[in-house]
Amino acid sequence: MQNESRKQWLSYLATADENYLISLWDNLNMKIEYNWLREPEIGSIMVQGKAGATGDNFNVGEVTITRCSLNLDKKIQGHGYVQGRNKYKSKIAALCDALMQTEKKEIIKRNIIDKLIKYKNNKRNEILSKTEATKVDFFTLVRGEDK
Amino acid sequence: MYVSVKGGEKAINNAHSWLSEIRRGDVNIAELNIKQISEQLTLSVDRVMSEGSLYDKDLSALAIKQSRGDLIEAIFLMRAYRTTLPRIGSSKPIETSKMLCLRRISATFKDIPGKQKLGPTFDYTHRLLDFKLLADGEYEKAKIEKYDDKEIPHVLSFLNKEGLIQKEIPSGKTSKDITRNPINFPLTRSERLQSLSRGDEGFLLGLAYSTQRGYARNHAFVGELRTGYVEVQFEIPELGIEINIADVMFTECESVNQFKGSKKIPAQFTRGYGLVFGQLERKAISMALVDRSMRWKEFGEEYLGVAAQDEEFVISHCDNIQATGFLEHIKLPHYVDFQAELDLVRKIREEYNKNEQRT
Repeated sequence: MQNESRKQWLSYLATADENYLISLWDNLNMKIEYNWLREPEIGSIMVQGKAGATGDNFNVGEVTITRCSLNLDKKIQGHGYVQGRNKYKSKIAALCDALMQTEKKEIIKRNIIDKLIKYKNNKRNEILSKTEATKVDFFTLVRGEDK
Repeated sequence: MYVSVKGGEKAINNAHSWLSEIRRGDVNIAELNIKQISEQLTLSVDRVMSEGSLYDKDLSALAIKQSRGDLIEAIFLMRAYRTTLPRIGSSKPIETSKMLCLRRISATFKDIPGKQKLGPTFDYTHRLLDFKLLADGEYEKAKIEKYDDKEIPHVLSFLNKEGLIQKEIPSGKTSKDITRNPINFPLTRSERLQSLSRGDEGFLLGLAYSTQRGYARNHAFVGELRTGYVEVQFEIPELGIEINIADVMFTECESVNQFKGSKKIPAQFTRGYGLVFGQLERKAISMALVDRSMRWKEFGEEYLGVAAQDEEFVISHCDNIQATGFLEHIKLPHYVDFQAELDLVRKIREEYNKNEQRT
């Protein structure tokens, strides 16, 4: 298992827009057999910051998380750790994580993961281009008495 | 001593029914839905997440709807819900230098790598009511421009290079969580920062303002203010793989304050730090100023006996849920306590009157 690519797909699944991920999954119309290892559970993680951006860690506050784990057969496990409180999103993430380790990998990659990447990149581009349009060049004026 | 009060059940139920009806308002007007609140009252939603200490927009919007827009009541609801959540773990410390910025400004340097970007700000608006919003549906579209997708370094890191500002170096201590451990004074800076980040905006604003007016000698500049999305990294326990589990909006403020030097260290600027959920820059700036004023001991400054320097005063009173809980409880039935006081005052008066008659 390449951890880097698993890290990537888990990250895009975790932070996906829930409605978008659900529509992508539902459109695939896949019937997958699975067993729960851990049914979806809503919880939180504590987010840590750094004092002065580089100093000691401190706790800023929590963010809601839903997680679940399942297996397709005895060998392949999928974990669905996602932002928010949507149990279905968590289950889809776990199923996708598991299927990415099977011969269905290409289907999931093409129809879900690649699309999530594109969706997030578009959002990012939108923010960056709008932010850029508000770029400002302040200049200070020399006052008369200095001449 | 607390003595329970019985009765009033019917009145309480009926009060709650009326509350439900009045929350709905005039039924001829369309009902607000949660998405409308989370999309259009974003800064209220941000405040409730920040002071509720839980980042979840839908829950925050729900809390605002349920509380009829009373934000402290909404924060109370968020805090109460928060306590029911199992804690799955703790994130890696966030890297705000990698923030996807909507806004990034510095009041100390005009030419900075990455440039100043105003973002969607109220600054420079004229604060005139916009009657066009009374009509339906009109809004301006944001403009776009080509950009370089480069990391935007922190402004203060440039001062750092010249040694002109005090460095923030990790001490290696782990941060205590004030939601898990009772606080004992004196506190670590980490505990103070956690309290401030979930503290009441109004209270912190007032204290920060007091430092600007001279209560605690520390004139502050906004070295940098940035708002944007930060990737929260979390290690999946079953896999040992660190993933980007959440994208969270933060506002961060780094203040630059007056110098400090000694025989060993030449004069250099000092700093305060503010970091809060959402786009809450008034709160982030206030937090930075109050953080700085409470660092007097660390910098060997004089204690001037003012509120903003007194961590016990600041931290014990900045939590609006603790404050409102204690304040509002006095409106609940206190008949037995009051009866005791009443008896006492009657007795004192009786004795007084007796003495009056004797003389």
